[in-house]
Amino acid sequence: MVSRRLLPFSIAIVGLCAAVSAQSPTYGVGRTPTADELKAWDISISPDGHELPAGHGTATEGAPLYRQKGCGGCHGPNGNMAQAPTLIKSDGTQRNTFSCLSPCVNDNNVMALHSPYATVMWDYINRGMPLGHEQTLKPNEVYALTAYLLFKNNVIKEDDVMDEKSLPKVVMPNANGHALPPTEWQHGAPRLANYPK
Amino acid sequence: MNGAALAGLTLSGAAPALAQTAMSEMADGMSPKNKELIAYGERSKFVTSIRVPVTARMSPDMYGLTFHVNTPLQDQLGTITPSSLFYVATHRGSYVPEIDPATHRFMIHGLVDRPLIFTMDELKRLPAVNRIHFIECQGNSASPQARTVQETHGLTSNAEWTGVPLSLLLKEAGVQKEGKWIVAEGAEEVKGASSIPLGKAMDDCLVAYGMNGEPIRPQQGFPLRLLVPGFEGIYQIKYLRRIKVVDRFYMTYDDYGHINSDARAAALAEQIGPKSVITFPSGGQKLDGPGLYEISGLAWSGGGKVKRVEITTDGGATWHDAEFRSPLYPMAHVRFVLPWKWDGKDCVLMSRCTDELGSIQPTRQEAGHFFGDPPGRERPRGNNNTIQPWKIASDGSVRNGLA
Repeated sequence: MVSRRLLPFSIAIVGLCAAVSAQSPTYGVGRTPTADELKAWDISISPDGHELPAGHGTATEGAPLYRQKGCGGCHGPNGNMAQAPTLIKSDGTQRNTFSCLSPCVNDNNVMALHSPYATVMWDYINRGMPLGHEQTLKPNEVYALTAYLLFKNNVIKEDDVMDEKSLPKVVMPNANGHALPPTEWQHGAPRLANYPK
Repeated sequence: MNGAALAGLTLSGAAPALAQTAMSEMADGMSPKNKELIAYGERSKFVTSIRVPVTARMSPDMYGLTFHVNTPLQDQLGTITPSSLFYVATHRGSYVPEIDPATHRFMIHGLVDRPLIFTMDELKRLPAVNRIHFIECQGNSASPQARTVQETHGLTSNAEWTGVPLSLLLKEAGVQKEGKWIVAEGAEEVKGASSIPLGKAMDDCLVAYGMNGEPIRPQQGFPLRLLVPGFEGIYQIKYLRRIKVVDRFYMTYDDYGHINSDARAAALAEQIGPKSVITFPSGGQKLDGPGLYEISGLAWSGGGKVKRVEITTDGGATWHDAEFRSPLYPMAHVRFVLPWKWDGKDCVLMSRCTDELGSIQPTRQEAGHFFGDPPGRERPRGNNNTIQPWKIASDGSVRNGLA
């Protein structure tokens, strides 16, 4: 580790450089990531899906995966009536005997019906599932599992192919049922003028 | 000067003998636990205040996951939450990761001129600041069933944070003009992530590695945590490994969990409103007969400094300005007090916070009326910063006034 005592000296030097171009880095600490590092680390998915990896899957392919990957162990064989969040809205004839985990995801807010974008489902399955084996699914498996849950919730057809182009275009049932947070945050601005009057 | 130096020489020359004597004398009074007391201090065995899991979900849960854990606000003194009692919340229930700081890396990329990767040592070479800020979970919402202030308000805590201003790091990377939001992501198994407006990211956020004078604890994000002062807890990304500058709101899974159907409720999210709660007397405590007491509590706001706290002891008929008993920092807990002579009769105590933006903490009725909700809705919409009533009975017992 470089001694912290060197810092004032190095700031004085880079300060001179900063005068040359306002766009230059001031401290010059840290290094440029490699292309491989950027690719491996960047798992963010925009609602427009432009970071989605190439791949494809259908509900027909997703159904056996749901069993093989152990999804039913926590979410139930049918994606409901279990201790983990409900993935497939039930037919309403039974009552879940498990108390709903907090935050409670049940028939009222199943992700396939509540999320405004299908990309949010793809992203979460990709980064967060299966529990204890996160980020082990291959892109085709994530497309297939997403397609399976969308189909079982009557959002897409059984043979609809989900890929990097079609997934962001799925019109979700709650596409227009949400309000985005304000983009223009300003220091010293109240959250909502005159609330609660 | 010379005398002092000589005295020092004399003492250091005699040190071995002195040290031996002192140690043998001390040994007699040592308990078996003294080694631990010296190496890393412990509190007295007579002090037993502890955190408890939120009632909605045990922690660790059936999968061994940590979920939300309440801090014992009723026992807290002053304004700084001890790190060992700081509330805990996780993205979906998480295993607390053990991250080796020697191998941890932090990356900034996306819509920047110069993507950068930092080691922890490199981050520590950059100018650091120390700031006191609260963190509060968006779910810190009193239910009528809650009995104590730990259960009603235990998902807020306050600490001194040490770290590098995020604005410095973003400038170092050079944010491009298309950049409007950042996505911050943790290194734990679920890679929890939140979207934050660029304006906030460039304002007062910290990439923090210190908490209350020592490295941030594992439950709080060791070795690196993003501090987004005044924003809901979910934005304060633990185990921070990556910030991506992007052109729009990304709706990560964590963001999705907080979406609102109502634009007004959405506007009340992100930044915590002015809020306060009386910690003494509070639910489960008992007053020892009529007489003089000092009402005490904590107030905070995500909008800046607390400007005023008022207290009513007659259910809202009259309000009195409380006195601040700690420094006023922006987006930080402040301790307020009011001397009060209890006449031994039933009464309702409440506190009301106004922040420097002029925003006022509402009652539940006001919040419900604003959204046109029917009375009795269990939880107000948006971030719940409503007033907490405590009912004092003539026997001195204190109960949740929402029940």
